Amino acid sequence: MSTAEPIEFDDRPVTSTDSWSPVKRISLSRVKEQLIVSSLFLCALVSVVTTVGIIFALLNESVISVDGDPAFFQQVSLREFFTDTQWTPQFADRHFGVVPLLAGTFLIAAIAAAIGLPIGLAGAIYSSEYASPRTRNILKPLLEILAGIPTVVYGYFALVFVTPYLLRPIFEDMLGFEVDVFNAASAGIVVGIMILPMVSSLSADALGAVPRGLREAAYALGATKFDVSAKVVLPAASSGIVASFLLAISRAVGETMAVTIAAGQTPAITFNPFRSVETMTAYVVNVSLGDTPAGTIEYKSLYAVALTLFCITLAMNWISQMVLRRYREVYQ
Amino acid sequence: MTDRAQVSTVQPSVRGWSGRIFSTACLLSAWFGIVVLVVLLGGVIWQASGWLNGHFLSSFDSWHPEQAGILAGLWGSLWLVGLTALISIPIGVGAALYLEEFAGDNRLTRLIQLNLANLAGVPSIVYGILGLTAFVRIFGMFHGQPQVLVVPLFVADLRIPLPFGRTVIAGALTLSLLILPVIIVAAQEALRAIPGSIRHASLALGASRWQTVRHQVLPPALPGILTGVILSVSRAIGETAPLVMIGALTYVAFTPGDITRPADIVNNPQGVLHAPFDTFTALPLQIFNWVSRPQPEYQHVAAAGILVLLIVLLTLNSTAIVLRHRFQNRHRW
Repeated sequence: MSTAEPIEFDDRPVTSTDSWSPVKRISLSRVKEQLIVSSLFLCALVSVVTTVGIIFALLNESVISVDGDPAFFQQVSLREFFTDTQWTPQFADRHFGVVPLLAGTFLIAAIAAAIGLPIGLAGAIYSSEYASPRTRNILKPLLEILAGIPTVVYGYFALVFVTPYLLRPIFEDMLGFEVDVFNAASAGIVVGIMILPMVSSLSADALGAVPRGLREAAYALGATKFDVSAKVVLPAASSGIVASFLLAISRAVGETMAVTIAAGQTPAITFNPFRSVETMTAYVVNVSLGDTPAGTIEYKSLYAVALTLFCITLAMNWISQMVLRRYREVYQ
Repeated sequence: MTDRAQVSTVQPSVRGWSGRIFSTACLLSAWFGIVVLVVLLGGVIWQASGWLNGHFLSSFDSWHPEQAGILAGLWGSLWLVGLTALISIPIGVGAALYLEEFAGDNRLTRLIQLNLANLAGVPSIVYGILGLTAFVRIFGMFHGQPQVLVVPLFVADLRIPLPFGRTVIAGALTLSLLILPVIIVAAQEALRAIPGSIRHASLALGASRWQTVRHQVLPPALPGILTGVILSVSRAIGETAPLVMIGALTYVAFTPGDITRPADIVNNPQGVLHAPFDTFTALPLQIFNWVSRPQPEYQHVAAAGILVLLIVLLTLNSTAIVLRHRFQNRHRW
């Protein structure tokens, strides 16, 4: 952001007596300049229009009725939506309780968090406190490649490798659990791997922002490298780390293709990670893939679920930004 | 290290051990992701071996696994990403220029910035619903009576269906909105790296604000912007959920505009004009479709498709990394 004020020649009245006046020429180029700035402003406005569009698209069919048809929440009460424990839109005995979808979503997000957060944070501590610059230069691009792998590939990986070659041999053959073909654990593991690069790079940024003086002071007091990393730098960067955790969990909640492929389509309230569950995102995909005709309540439920998902991720992002804002105040 | 530990009241050996365990755990965690990457790539290559061949690259999808190919997905992705880049790059860079170089520090600017941070966290599937409402159906403005807008150009007619329906252009517009926040933030960072003194000097010599941006700020920021743009566009190649939402077909035995070879772009101008408004499939959609099929042979077909997708992505990503590395320290002020 440039802090300089532009030098405004043309606003000054021309007082000299000569006939050559720069005012006209400059004002013409001023028009051109204004046109350019206005078009750039319109580009920036596209993002605001997008937000309005998203909110409209989600409220459509769920809260606002379309073509005189009653909207989803005009047919299903909020109370039923949040307290009913069954989600059976396809059955004759219809229930629209979002709790099973929420349970599935958060079961997978919890497994993902249990894997992605500690490993991501420890990796960040390594690259920020222990690694040589050379190692860091190797690690960073490789993690970026991991971050760039499409989620559909992770879904394939969960289905074709994680379940048959990791979960089945350990949990079914050795420990005696029953592992479904589609299960929450395989989806959770790959989503955990997916959020790992994000946690790692955001936490590394937070650790890097801790002033050098703090580390040096600790070393001067006789602390070891472990003391400095774990007891000085880590607490000092804690708010940035918490913010990165929240962003990562929000990403895990909104993750779609991997859970659609690997977790299955059974809306269930369960804590057994080896069972098939259905997440909110997977439900939305499955409805849009099927032949559900527009106008039916089953079709409209897609919008209600997506609206719920949007609100949850937005709330988590907001909390994350709030934590970050506090963190900034500490060092200013 | 040891003489420091002796000062402590805790047993030196205990401190040494816990430190060693901690650093080893951190080291293992840092390399964990890389090991997973290697296993994933190795596994996919193993599954795909023997299936990724000339026939796979040059034929359409089939209900017989041995005959299935990725041609429709490859051309679909090409059109999709080309159009997405055309739409999103000018808007994204323009928005970043406005926010960094022209916008005052007022409420509207802060609102746009806050909004960008929030948009970047919206799940991609929600963008799919936006695309379905805004582009596939255009807010239901045509009330189930599709129209075709014909624009005669001198080589051929441009036929624009309204609403867009499940076409390449609807997909490209959706993906553009999806990657726009990422492009804007990346371009903003690149612009922020240009020191203010350059701007001050240019303004002091009498250049206007736009002249300063155009000739002094943009050229050195370009490599950084380009890196961000390539990374965002490569994200668009792998996006699946929004395309599933807008209802892009999953069994498609044709390419957009029936252009199956690069030569057709010159030979078939009507096809080129028609392609953006044709129905389509894309690489990740095709992979999703194969993964969902019950026959075990399709797992190999899917692996071959994934390999094609990853090769495209890795090529783009490494270009971006090389670009960044190369231009990182070129400008010294």
